[in-house]
Amino acid sequence: MSESIQLEYTVPGNDFTRAGEASADLKSTLKRLGLPAAEVRRIAIALYEGEINLAIHAGGGQIRVTVDDHQVEMILTDQGPGIPDIPKAMEEGYSTASAQVRSLGFGAGMGLPNMKRYTDEFDIQSTVGVGTTITMRVKIG
Amino acid sequence: MEGFIHSVTLEAQLCNGCTNCIKRCPTQAIRVRGGKEVIEAERCIDCGECIRLCPHRAKRAVSDPLTLLDRFTYRVAIVPPSLYVQYNHQENQDLVLDALCRAGFDDVFEEAEASQLISQATSRILATGSTKRPVISSACPAVTRLIRVRFPQLIQHVLPLVPPMELAARMARRRAVERTALPPEKVGCIAIVPCPAKVTMGRAPVGSSHSALDGAVAVSEIYPKLLPLMDGGHTPPHRAAAGASGLGWAAAGGEAHGLLGVENHLVADGIENITRVLEDLEDEKYDSIDFVELRACPGGCLGGVLQPENPYIARTKLRAMQRSVGGQVEPMEGEIPPEMLWDTDLTYAPVLELGGTRGERFERYNRMQTIQRALPGLDCGACGAPTCEALAEDVVRGMAQVTDCALLRCRQLEARLKGLEKGGGAEE
Repeated sequence: MSESIQLEYTVPGNDFTRAGEASADLKSTLKRLGLPAAEVRRIAIALYEGEINLAIHAGGGQIRVTVDDHQVEMILTDQGPGIPDIPKAMEEGYSTASAQVRSLGFGAGMGLPNMKRYTDEFDIQSTVGVGTTITMRVKIG
Repeated sequence: MEGFIHSVTLEAQLCNGCTNCIKRCPTQAIRVRGGKEVIEAERCIDCGECIRLCPHRAKRAVSDPLTLLDRFTYRVAIVPPSLYVQYNHQENQDLVLDALCRAGFDDVFEEAEASQLISQATSRILATGSTKRPVISSACPAVTRLIRVRFPQLIQHVLPLVPPMELAARMARRRAVERTALPPEKVGCIAIVPCPAKVTMGRAPVGSSHSALDGAVAVSEIYPKLLPLMDGGHTPPHRAAAGASGLGWAAAGGEAHGLLGVENHLVADGIENITRVLEDLEDEKYDSIDFVELRACPGGCLGGVLQPENPYIARTKLRAMQRSVGGQVEPMEGEIPPEMLWDTDLTYAPVLELGGTRGERFERYNRMQTIQRALPGLDCGACGAPTCEALAEDVVRGMAQVTDCALLRCRQLEARLKGLEKGGGAEE
């Protein structure tokens, strides 16, 4: 009975005009599905942060979303440089973004912390030189 | 909810079933069925965008005729500041106000006066922090309605004050009753309106349980009637009382600029632009904005679809008028009077959701995706829905069939013809 919904997105690297399209699409889909507005907002914000990270740090990546009747799961994978020190990267304000990226208003070091804050479950796996996979889950009542 | 009263309607004989309006409707409320356009009442927010776009002039705003005045003993015109700058030969507001009095009104009340009070009350609300920041203006009724159907998370940011036109009507009625000693129902407060959203506002207010407005006459209707009454052959009596900041509300940005002590505001106009801003506000992409002024029409009320003058020329005239009038808004003393405040909550109207239980919605969504994958993805609109996705949604909602897609039908026919050529005809 309980069906699930699968959505997939590809995020291009370093294209700031397009980063945000996946979270915008997911948000409108979840609204159409009538999911609770507060959770939809948290999901959209967390995914937007993830998209920006993929664009800035990883040269792009893939997003897979699974919506079922009790949660929304978002898996972000990339084949970027990887993160050498994950606890450090999770600190608020820590950023490796270039001065140029910062001058655009990004790279404030809040991406990963915000993704963790806005979701109910957050997991990050990374191997330097191989890539990073982030899994986020938000429960829906 | 107010039973979906609308002012935007279709002149069926003028509609040739083209797809210009369906493509640009911000709530995807329009379809073409049986060669004519149909508006889904619960989705329409009366923004008037389809009136602006229709090349055949088949869309209309149904406002009240001037004969409405005959129903009242004492008639007050609620005058928007944008009306003053529709004319070329006006030197001041008094010429326009006088023409209104000679066209059948007993008195006039300037909306700009009410706007100034709303600026004061808004500054106060911003200072006390009683409404969640960024505070979003509630002056444009199309914006409030758009938020209500598309942005539930932003409802708590909307300024809980009645729009200037409504406040002006409440003040005008009180003043008329004081002056004439007539019973309130003998007084007619009739707004001159630049757009369909404001026609609907009097009939079905959002945020208020009732409206003090008795009717709404379109600027386009009254414009030619006032023209000969402004001959300039006499000096009109002095009636205008509004200052520069109240007049400024006619153009996009006027409301935000009239706020005292508000450094960071955002102003956007045009329905597509404001939708983008609302999406970003919902995602909390800007954290230092205090006030957001949004206007559905390009250029603000000057760009209303019922206004005759080019909005940019009107804006130049407005600036000149503001300079000549001057005036400053003083901070509000004491509490905000109840007549300025909403008395009902703005509630989310989930008209854009796929209906049913969560399980049913998921099933419908997946079915929609399957249908969409079979469609050509050209978003041509020939089926009568604005996009292939919208057609898929209509099919799932039981309001259309996949074969409404002309291209898909064409491909099916071709396949069948090929089958026949091969001498098979076996498909039959």
